[in-house]
Amino acid sequence: MTSTTTSSTYTPGLETHAEHVGSTPVRGRGLVAAYAGITALVLALLMVFGLLMKASQAGVLTIPANRFYQLLTAHGIGMVAIAGLGGAAVMWYFLSRYVTLSPAILAANLVCFLIGVLLVLGAIFVGGFAAAWTFLFPLPAHSQGVWSFTAAASYLIGVLLVGVGFLLLFLDTGRAIIARYGSLGRALGWPQAFGGSTEPPPPPTVVASTVVTIINIPAIAVGAVILTMSLVNAYAPGFQVNALLAKNLIYFFGHVFINSTIYMAVIGVYEILPTFTGRPWKSSKPFLLAWTATMLMVLTVYPHHLFMDYANPKWASVLGQVLSYTSSLPVLAVTAAATLANVYRSGMKWNLTAGLLFASVMGWSVGVVPAVVDGTIAVNRVMHNTLWVPGHFHTYLLLGVVAMLFGFMYYLGQSTGAKDGTLDRVGFWMYVVGSLAFAAAFLAGGAMSVPRRWAVHLDPWLTLDRVGALFALIVVLAAVTFVVRFLGRVRAVSA
Amino acid sequence: MEQRIAVVVSATLGALLLIVFAGVARSASSIGSPEAIASSAARWRKTVLWALALLFVPVIGYSLTKMPYATGGAVADVVVEATGHQWAWTVSPDTVPVGKLVEIRVTGADVNHGFGLYDANNHLLTQTQAMPGFTNVIRHTFGAPGTYRILCLEYCGLGHHTMFSQIVATAAQ
Repeated sequence: MTSTTTSSTYTPGLETHAEHVGSTPVRGRGLVAAYAGITALVLALLMVFGLLMKASQAGVLTIPANRFYQLLTAHGIGMVAIAGLGGAAVMWYFLSRYVTLSPAILAANLVCFLIGVLLVLGAIFVGGFAAAWTFLFPLPAHSQGVWSFTAAASYLIGVLLVGVGFLLLFLDTGRAIIARYGSLGRALGWPQAFGGSTEPPPPPTVVASTVVTIINIPAIAVGAVILTMSLVNAYAPGFQVNALLAKNLIYFFGHVFINSTIYMAVIGVYEILPTFTGRPWKSSKPFLLAWTATMLMVLTVYPHHLFMDYANPKWASVLGQVLSYTSSLPVLAVTAAATLANVYRSGMKWNLTAGLLFASVMGWSVGVVPAVVDGTIAVNRVMHNTLWVPGHFHTYLLLGVVAMLFGFMYYLGQSTGAKDGTLDRVGFWMYVVGSLAFAAAFLAGGAMSVPRRWAVHLDPWLTLDRVGALFALIVVLAAVTFVVRFLGRVRAVSA
Repeated sequence: MEQRIAVVVSATLGALLLIVFAGVARSASSIGSPEAIASSAARWRKTVLWALALLFVPVIGYSLTKMPYATGGAVADVVVEATGHQWAWTVSPDTVPVGKLVEIRVTGADVNHGFGLYDANNHLLTQTQAMPGFTNVIRHTFGAPGTYRILCLEYCGLGHHTMFSQIVATAAQ
């Protein structure tokens, strides 16, 4: 992080892929800028929520338990949703260079998102709803009078509406990909991977977008099913749902969707990092095989969230553990290796964009390790629902997907000619070091058996909480720097 | 024991990855042959894939023999019924003998809870979900006399963090 040079004439995808159809449509650029601006604002707000919770657990400030759990719910569902929105911005921005996407659908998704968010925020901060983002059945309808059925309904309908918007978006990406490539299989590069075809494979962006499309349509549909069943139960308690089935549905939906946010955001790495290194990202055979394997595994690995539900079929748990291990291979051995090879001795000049994108792959890779460890049933027995879990997912979300999103925002900003300043570079190191230390404090808490999602912590845990709160503050300060910088550039970006 | 393994493995491999990424970041200012680097990277990738695959097979195989799910086998000496309510546990009996096989049958009366069994040093020994409509069975032998705490490990609403209970293990008569 010693140079601010970012001039380059390399156009992502142009040299490697003959089917490149042009630049991001003008109307789409404005919408992508709106997506990114909203993402920036919401990320900053939700990070502040996270800081407040950690400071409260540390005893630095006092937040009443009902308010704490409201913040917890808003932080959780908000981060999942905003990672989706930001990821969609990255994916749409680059995918629209290869296929003809509908800006109207992109706008419709944003409208659904904003209305859904209003309903969710109203449910939480007006209605007092606090069933966590997972809304495990039948908790939405069983609050012991803490929130009303109306609040529960507002939350469930709000999330449903956000899901409808994303479903529209992925139906459109699927339509556009099929229209351009003939079938989803061809867009995944199956003729090249399995059929011996010598034709040029589809570009990485198309392959990743196709996987995102394929996995998210069933995931959102399943999410809609359990949201609707929970809604009916809230108004008609006689309508009962098997609690184990409900958990399976929720974790299938949640696991697939949150993972897809990484797959959307990593498209930024594939497209932007080569503009610095001059080494185009190629859809090699290992790349194509890795993405197909990822697609199959992400759809089937979710039982690892249910290891401690002993009533779940044992074969499902065994499958969950085996796939937890194997699903790490495409990440570590393909995306991480390709990133390292792309950057190694490339003669590139670092700036915030390149630094954040490179760090994001590092964060993703490092976070995979404690996640796989927790994907071992025998370990999960003493780690499940301890702070180990937010420890690993904050590593690959905070220093993975969110770093990718910030990197994309800097890329958009720098496309207007803006340069990094000292504050940006200081912010970069604060963000990277702060995120690693913050996540490490979580992991240490998990190793100490501290339960997650507790509004009040016991005395022996407070020291670690204070360390976590300090690094959370550092991360928030860095993130606010990035957000303020991007918002100052967003008007020029959308022009 | 499992916690220690988790920390050592995560810290070691995590640090290794950080070092590799930092080294590559530092190398970026120099220029190498893209073809040679791509070829070398492909070899590395193959080696890492094989190494991880060879590591995973025995680790998965061994760890699956340590699954906590109760299967037939020995008849439990003591049966404990534990039920999670918003926001308290009912545990009966709440005193068990040390060194005897105890079967803890866990369920939820209203919503999902998490039955976490902690030792006197606040270390989690074992857990299972307390689910409405299902009974999950933990088989555990208490190794030392003392008071073992029960904490809730599944978010269940406003009083989640207040759900404390205990099981007292006493020296067998």
